[in-house]
Amino acid sequence: MVRRAGFLAAGMALTLTLSACAGSGDDSSGGGGGGDATSVKIGFMGDLTGENSAIVIPPRNGAKMAFDEYNATNPDVKIEMVEYDSQGKPEQAAVLVPQAAGTDKIVGLIGPAFSGESKAVGAQLNEAGIPSVSASATNPGLAENGWEFWHRVVANDNDQGPGIANFLVNELSPKKAFVVSDDQEYSVGLAETVTTAFKEAGVTTETDRFAVTASDYSSTVSKIRTSNADVIFFGGYYAQAGPLLKQLRDAGVDAPFVSGDGSLDAQLVSTAGAEAAEGAILGCPCNIPSEDVTGPLKEFYDNYQSAFDVPPAIYATEGYDAATAFIKAVEAGNTTSADINEFLKTVDFEGVSKPIKFQENGEPEANDIFIYQVKDGKISLLGASDEAKLES
Amino acid sequence: MLDDLSNQFLPSTVGGLAAGAIFALLALGYTMVYGVLRLINFAHSEIFMIGTFASLFVLTTMGVTGPLTGFALIGMLLLMLVVSMAAAGGAAVLLEQVAYRPLRKKGASRLAALISAIGASLFLQEFFALVVIPAVFDKAGRNTTGVPRLVDRDVVFTIGNANVRTDHIIVIVAAIAMMVLLDQIVNRSRMGRGIRATAQDPEAAVLMGVNIDNVVRMTFLLGGAMAGVAGMLYVMEYEVTQYNEGFVLGIKAFTAAVLGGIGNIRGALLGGFALGLIENWGAIFLGSEWKDVIAFIVLVVVLMFRPTGILGESLQRARA
Repeated sequence: MVRRAGFLAAGMALTLTLSACAGSGDDSSGGGGGGDATSVKIGFMGDLTGENSAIVIPPRNGAKMAFDEYNATNPDVKIEMVEYDSQGKPEQAAVLVPQAAGTDKIVGLIGPAFSGESKAVGAQLNEAGIPSVSASATNPGLAENGWEFWHRVVANDNDQGPGIANFLVNELSPKKAFVVSDDQEYSVGLAETVTTAFKEAGVTTETDRFAVTASDYSSTVSKIRTSNADVIFFGGYYAQAGPLLKQLRDAGVDAPFVSGDGSLDAQLVSTAGAEAAEGAILGCPCNIPSEDVTGPLKEFYDNYQSAFDVPPAIYATEGYDAATAFIKAVEAGNTTSADINEFLKTVDFEGVSKPIKFQENGEPEANDIFIYQVKDGKISLLGASDEAKLES
Repeated sequence: MLDDLSNQFLPSTVGGLAAGAIFALLALGYTMVYGVLRLINFAHSEIFMIGTFASLFVLTTMGVTGPLTGFALIGMLLLMLVVSMAAAGGAAVLLEQVAYRPLRKKGASRLAALISAIGASLFLQEFFALVVIPAVFDKAGRNTTGVPRLVDRDVVFTIGNANVRTDHIIVIVAAIAMMVLLDQIVNRSRMGRGIRATAQDPEAAVLMGVNIDNVVRMTFLLGGAMAGVAGMLYVMEYEVTQYNEGFVLGIKAFTAAVLGGIGNIRGALLGGFALGLIENWGAIFLGSEWKDVIAFIVLVVVLMFRPTGILGESLQRARA
C-alpha cells in the first residue's frame, strides 16, 4: 500500500545521503553476522503505532509467530526479530535502514510494509545488501527498479484491480459502474486499473475523486445517486470507505459497494455501521482465513488465535510466509545477507497464503486475488477471485 | 454537463448547506478571537475535536446504540449540546489561560502567540491520540472512531430530486439559532459591549473600565462553546471523528471567516454557508477532488475585489 506520496521527494533526498553512509560501513562484513553465528537478526519494518498500524500489526504477528515456532525447535541458528516502527513514513524509514543495517546488523528485512516507504528505501537496502521481503507493499512500480535484494509475497495493484473488476463482471453483470477514489497514489492507481478493466468488459463507467482529508461526501454521493450505477467501486482506505458507504446508504443508494485491500478491515463495518456495511464486497491480494476455513489455513488460524487472542487479520498469512522464506534460508545454513539473498532466488514452498516462489524481479509467481464479503457484520473469505461465488 | 447540473444541483445544495452550517459555527471562534486579539487561534480546530469527543462520550455513557425518537431524541440532543459546549468552552478558556495569557502579559509579539497556538494545537492532538482516546474510549488513539446513529435518516420533504432529511434540518436550524443567539449576546449584552469595545480599541476600552482579561476569557468561552456545538452537530451528521478531525475543517472554517470578513460575526455565517455551497456546486462540474481548489479560487477572487471579505472586518463597527 502507498501512503503519503507527498513526502516521497523528501524521503528520496534523505535516502541518497544516508545510503552513502550505510554502504561504506557494511561492505566488508557482507551486511550481516559471521559464518558460525548462533543467532541472526531479521528486521520487521512498518507502521507499528501510526494511523495505519491496523494493517501492519497482523503481518508483524504472523512473522513473530513463524520465528517463535522455529526457535522453539532449538535450531543451530536462532532467529531474533527486530522491530522498526517507521509509522509508514518514507522519511522515518530512511533513518531506520542505516540503523538496522549498520548498528543492528540484520541479515534480512520483512517489509517495509507500505509502498511509499518501500520506494523510498529500496535503493538504500539494495546498496547495503539486505534482502527484503514485503508482505503488504502492492505498488506495481516497485518491481521495476532493478533492486536485486527486493521481494514481496503479495500480488500487486495491477493484478488486484482487474481481478476484482472481472469478478464483478462475471458475478453481477453490471451495465453501469461508478468508480470513486481518494487522491492518494495507491487509491488512484487501483481505481484506474478497475476503471480500465470495466471499460474493457463493456461496462459504462463514471468516476469521481475526493481529497483524502474529506469527511463530507455529499457531492460524490449525489453524483453516484444520479448515475444509477449497478455497482460502486471505491479505491482507498477504510477510514473513508466506512463513512462514504454510510452516506451512500443514507441517501438511498443500494447498489453493491466494492473496495480493495485498503478497506479490508473490521473498522469498515464499525464506521459504516453493521447495517450499511452488510453485503459489501472487498478484494485483496491477501489471504485472510476466516473461522470456517480448512487444512493448513485452519491450523494457522488456530495457532494465531491462541498466540495473540485475536483472529488473524489482513496480511497475517503473508507476514508468516515472508518469515518462513527467511527461516528456510537460515535452515539451509545461510547466515549472511548475501547468502540469504542467493537462497531466496531458489526458494519454493507451499506457504499458508499461496505457493511462495519468486520471479527474477522479486515478484511472487502466484498472483491470486481473494474476494471477501461482509456477512452478519463480519468479513468472510469467499475464495480466490477466479472461483469465488457471491451468495445472494 | 447540463444534465449533471440539473440532476445534482439540488442534492448538492442540501449537502452544501449542512457542511456550510458547521463551517460557519467553527468560523465564529476564529473570527471572534481575531476581532479581539488580532490572533489566529490555530488550536481552535482542536477545541472542535474536543467537542466531538464530548458528544461521543455522552452517547457511549448513555448507552445509545441505535436511533432515538421523540422526547428521548430531543433530550439526548440537548444533553450532548450542553456537555459539548461546556467541554469545548472550558477547554478554550483553559487554552487561553495556559497558551496565550502569559504571553500577552509579557507583551510578547503576535508571532510568539501564533507559535504558541500551533504548539497548543499539536499538543492537544497528540494528547488525545496517546492518552485520552485510549483511556476514555478504549480505542486505538489514531483510528477513526465510528459513532452510533442517533437520528434516523428520514426524508422530511423533497425539493425536486433532493431529499431533505431530519438530520439536515437539525444541523442547519441549530447552527442558525446558535449564531443568532451569539449575535444577540455580542450586540445587546454588557459583556458583548465590552467585547466590541476591546475589538475597536483595547487601550481606550481599558481606560473606560473594561476588564480586558474578562473580555478575552469570555471571547474564548463563546467561541469555544460554538465549536462545541459544531462538534456535536458534526458527530450527529457525519458519525465519525478522530484525534485530528478538526485539522482540515479548521482550515475551511478559517477560510469561511476570511471570506465573510474576519472579525465579523455575521460574515462568518455568510462565509460558512457560501463556502459549503461553492464547494459542492463546483464539484458537480469538475469532480469532488477540485472542491478545495474551487473554494480557494473563490476566496482569492473575493479578496481581490473586497480585501476585507464580503461583509468587511467589523466586530468593532457592529451596532452599539
